[in-house]
Amino acid sequence: MKTITEQKPAEEITQYLEKCQKVYLIGCGTCATLCHTGGKSEVLEMKDKLEASGKKVTGWMVIPTACDELTKYALQEEAKNIKAADCILAMTCAVGVQTISLHLKESKPVYPALNTLFLGMEESPGHFMEVCLQCGSCVLGRTAAICPLVRCSKSLLNGPCGGSVGGKCEVSPDIPCAWQLIYDRLAEMGRLDEMEEIEPVKDWSVSVSGGPRKADVEAECTSTS
Amino acid sequence: MKAGTHLERVLESGKFAVTAEAGPPKGTSAEVMQKKAELLRHCCDAVNVTDNQTAIVRMSSLAGCMLLKQRGVEPVMQMVVRDRNRLAIQADVLGAVALGIGNILCLSGDHQKFGNHPTARGVFDIDSIQLIQTLKKMRDEKKFLSGEDISGEVPVFIGAAANPFADPFEFRVRRLAKKVKAGADFIQTQAVYDITKFAKWMEMASDRGLDKQVHILAGVIPIRSAGMARYMRDYVPGVSVPDEVVTRMEKAENAKEEGVRIILDIVEQLKEMPGVHGIHIMAVGWEDIVPDMVEKAGLMPRPVA
Repeated sequence: MKTITEQKPAEEITQYLEKCQKVYLIGCGTCATLCHTGGKSEVLEMKDKLEASGKKVTGWMVIPTACDELTKYALQEEAKNIKAADCILAMTCAVGVQTISLHLKESKPVYPALNTLFLGMEESPGHFMEVCLQCGSCVLGRTAAICPLVRCSKSLLNGPCGGSVGGKCEVSPDIPCAWQLIYDRLAEMGRLDEMEEIEPVKDWSVSVSGGPRKADVEAECTSTS
Repeated sequence: MKAGTHLERVLESGKFAVTAEAGPPKGTSAEVMQKKAELLRHCCDAVNVTDNQTAIVRMSSLAGCMLLKQRGVEPVMQMVVRDRNRLAIQADVLGAVALGIGNILCLSGDHQKFGNHPTARGVFDIDSIQLIQTLKKMRDEKKFLSGEDISGEVPVFIGAAANPFADPFEFRVRRLAKKVKAGADFIQTQAVYDITKFAKWMEMASDRGLDKQVHILAGVIPIRSAGMARYMRDYVPGVSVPDEVVTRMEKAENAKEEGVRIILDIVEQLKEMPGVHGIHIMAVGWEDIVPDMVEKAGLMPRPVA
């Protein structure tokens, strides 16, 4: 599972940096590196572009995993160069942007250079697809392990709409109809009768509609001995 | 009687029902709906008012229904789950009932991508089958989806759509069964051109006894031109237009007349088909053909019921 990102349009980044003459650049060694959106080479490419446009890059780093709390120490190590900058341009996912902002000592704008798209499943090498909405109440046990909430364009819970034709979604011939996939898999297993069960309305309060979600788990680096 | 609407009475009395469709304007003119009401008043038992059809913003279905009702035409309020969450949906149902609207058709709705606000967030809080369940619960238990009590009666005649021409074909009767189980009282289908496929679907539905549990109205859309026939065949998802229909339109000297003849041939077969309790005419933007079509189909006068 990887957080899939893409670079924002150049104009949007330029707009963010309009009032900043000096910029500090941060990439991420995990998902953004894998997506070729915020690894070392993309960060250096951005550095060249900014310098060519007359900006001063006060420094750069690629944090191993920008979304974990070790980011705090990376920021401390680079404090001097960060202090010299008017803003930070984060070539990380949105979680990275917020982790950086959270741990920054001084108040300074942190601008995202990327759009965060989805949590991707690697279908084949380098090909990712969105398969989970993180809805907080998993239905996969009733849908042949194919999530209709994210793979059906209308998030239907009770079978395909009238726009499913030849295995494709009405929205685009590039989108397979999730419910056709579910149907085929259930048919293979001789479990089609299950599709006649009516799936009740969803509890969205455990999802985004319930406000920000939190979880407390035992921290990896906490010693319990 | 579940709601006592005219449509329900016609269907329950075993008569062959005729419904039509009236799309509200992309604007504020009440007159547009009033004219459609005048046009359709004598040739249909009820008239569907679409709900932001093809995801294009129009006057609301509820307002359109009211304008028809004021002119003595019984409306069927279409409701899509694309634009409203469960709170807004139930609020509109209460309002509709208070205004004397008794027929409600439950739909998913075309995806917002096809409309004039393609960047809109699709709501899809509940789906069309859950909407049917919600209406049934409101009517039969006088309770909201949450289980809280509703003050007053909620007499609604619950409609749902069915598309026998979409895939997977084998699932389409199961989906109909689901809608019946959820509480649908009547069904309006996607437009029928492929009568063989439709007959097969009806046969499968009848085998399960579904035609005895729900009133099925077969959808028809009169074709105006060979271009429209080709467009529907090639580009409208979930509509099946056989090549012979396109050929007939292409060879016709008068395309509009031929288009009506094609539909009349289809209606003739639908009238004889076991389990079909009526037709639903979706003459999008060509409503003035409906009275003539109904007359020629031998379905006039409409019952007083």
